[in-house]
Amino acid sequence: MAVVFDRPHALVDVSMHYCPGCTHGIVHRLVAEVIDELNIEGTTIGVSPVGCAYNNYLYFNCDMQQAAHGRAPAVATGVKRVHPDKVVFTYQGDGDLAAIGTAEIVHAAARGEKITTVFINNAIYGMTSGQMAPTTLVGQVTTTSPYGRKPEIQGYPIRVCEMLSTLTGAAFVERVSVHDIKNIRNAKKAIKKAFQVQQKGYGFSIVEVLSTCPTNWGINPVDAMKWVQDKMIPYYPLGNFKGADLEV
Amino acid sequence: MEQKIIIAGFGGQGILSAGRFLAYAGMLEDKNVSWLPSYGPEMRGGTANCCIIISDEQVGSPIVNDPTALIAMNTPSLDKFEKIVRPGGVIIVDSSLVGRQVNREDVVTYAIPATELASEAGNATFANIFLLGKLIAHTNIIKPESFELSLKHGLREKYHHLIPEEMKVLRRGMEY
Amino acid sequence: MGKKVLMKGNEVIAEAAIRAGCTHYFGYPITPQSDIAHYMAKQLPLVGGTFVQAESEVAAINMLYGASGAGARCMTSSSSPGISLKQEGISYMACAELPAVIVNIVRCGPGLGGILPAQGDYFQAVKGGGHGDYKMVVLAPANLQELYELTVEAFNIADKYRTLVMIMGDGNLGQMMEPVQFKDQEDIYKDEKAWATVGTGMKRKHNTITSIYIEPEVLEAHNNKLQKKYALIAEKEVRVEEFNTENADIIVTAYGTVARIVKNVIKLAKKDNINVGLIRPITLWPFPSEAYVKCAEYAKAFLSVELSAGQMVEDVRLAVNGKKPVYFHGRTGGMIPTEKEIYDKIKEILEKLGG
Repeated sequence: MAVVFDRPHALVDVSMHYCPGCTHGIVHRLVAEVIDELNIEGTTIGVSPVGCAYNNYLYFNCDMQQAAHGRAPAVATGVKRVHPDKVVFTYQGDGDLAAIGTAEIVHAAARGEKITTVFINNAIYGMTSGQMAPTTLVGQVTTTSPYGRKPEIQGYPIRVCEMLSTLTGAAFVERVSVHDIKNIRNAKKAIKKAFQVQQKGYGFSIVEVLSTCPTNWGINPVDAMKWVQDKMIPYYPLGNFKGADLEV
Repeated sequence: MEQKIIIAGFGGQGILSAGRFLAYAGMLEDKNVSWLPSYGPEMRGGTANCCIIISDEQVGSPIVNDPTALIAMNTPSLDKFEKIVRPGGVIIVDSSLVGRQVNREDVVTYAIPATELASEAGNATFANIFLLGKLIAHTNIIKPESFELSLKHGLREKYHHLIPEEMKVLRRGMEY
Repeated sequence: MGKKVLMKGNEVIAEAAIRAGCTHYFGYPITPQSDIAHYMAKQLPLVGGTFVQAESEVAAINMLYGASGAGARCMTSSSSPGISLKQEGISYMACAELPAVIVNIVRCGPGLGGILPAQGDYFQAVKGGGHGDYKMVVLAPANLQELYELTVEAFNIADKYRTLVMIMGDGNLGQMMEPVQFKDQEDIYKDEKAWATVGTGMKRKHNTITSIYIEPEVLEAHNNKLQKKYALIAEKEVRVEEFNTENADIIVTAYGTVARIVKNVIKLAKKDNINVGLIRPITLWPFPSEAYVKCAEYAKAFLSVELSAGQMVEDVRLAVNGKKPVYFHGRTGGMIPTEKEIYDKIKEILEKLGG
């Protein structure tokens, strides 16, 4: 019988620790499929973040380094500068990338580091149990914004793609979502292109993936998908901000 | 023999480079040498000084608290270091710029209008070299030939045409 | 040996690193060590290496993490406040067993402090400034020839034990010039680094560089492994200079450039027939305790002289273990003790002890 659906080779055959309804698993699979399709598993080095995906070095079959909180772009810079011919990616959440690691991501992009960042934006700190993230929406209730995020107290959520796309060194910047099949397909296309942009040496590439966190949002997985559609996308518009026209 | 030298003045007078040329010349003569600059905030346009030790023995601390020789190229430098020169040592001042006499009587003193004399010789920025000439003549710490080699090593190629002029100034200083 | 060259201490470190095969340098400007970065920026590209000016000390140490994990001989350098910022990365690298060389050209603190020489970072360097149970080898050269040789050695020790090695100097060591004689060829410890993340090439299981061990049993086992390694380093890598210690009445102990002042004091004392010895730790960790134990048999007292409010003196007391009195003389703020000042202290102690 013909196999029509299988585990990507770049994904280790273990069950993941993520909560039901969390989209980390989907994004891991997309990254692994892209690694397979580009045939780069043996030449790729990934960098794991601090956050729910801290141990995704267990899930990817390529060489991996685990970084301190927010420092993945700096670690990836070190790896890439030693192996400019290899493919290097970071996988980071919103607290890691847009709070404690803001300087690292901005400067990696500004330097035009030839690395790819997969940025999971689920508008909350997952691993540390639901605190307000830099991307938490106005009005959103979290354990550290129990009355809802109020701009006069907690300011406004950061739009990372919009911010990074102002930097000359950032070659490819796109925001996608994985809340339905059509968007999952688009997400994969974007991730693949981001890796190819790196391979071509254009500069820094990032794909922001709007994701779910039913556990900390306090809603069920189906409603979580709908929440991405109804609440997140209006504030975080999907689409390419830079580099759509790059030849890869 | 050991000479512990402090050269001090304003930034821009070639204080640090004069010290470096001297130390390098000492090294060329197989002596033990050290050069230590002041690197405090004062180096930004204020006063500058450096300690040079040239010795037949191993150099202990590169810090000079009791110099055998002082070259002072401005009044604040003389004020600061005059007291600590060892009895029997030497103080050489650029009297074009230092507005007072040396008060110590237990040291040898040379007050040389080095900036004026260097200027007459063609280049006021060689005042440091003029004073070094006197130091070399008084202490015999290095040979002028070593100093010439030191200049060749330490100056960028595009400044090498100045070396004969600098050596002329050095010799004038020695003879002053 | 090549011919003698006159170089600044900071430049000696950079040149020695390149000779030792360091290919990657990551740093952030801070006085009084920036000459290291200047030299690396200029020279590394000429030998096929890479210099990156990081956006912060934190980024620099994490770039070092990445580069070391990717198998490169690499280095960062900074001065006290910058080294404080690097502590996070230092702890992570120690746990992940990443070899690298970190230079601290110490300036006076606390806080932004000043830029003049100090030794106030001793505790931070040898007791672990970052979190958790870890150690790094700390080398404290006193002159530029030694600075050169120890810098090369630092890279070898780092690779041999998969450990961090810190070169700790002060502003005077970094800024001064002295003749240095470079060897024609360096002895380089070669290691395959099969653990490094260089891409699997689809030929092996994937490598992981990590410092996270969530399971307590696993983390304890990892800690035990680290401690075993530190014990081995403590056994093999102690370096110390003893100067005039035989039959000394009093042992002065000092490291780095302060030890040079003490040597001058020993000469002064000799003229007065006072026998002063010097123990100069070259490795601050592992600490050369044996030298103190031996001298405690016959010396009347110990005096630790430091550019701090009293840090190394604690390790001296641990080593002497109450057998003889241990005194302390320190200066802070960038002040340097004079020979006379130290000699007066020695005379005061000997007088107190009756002779």
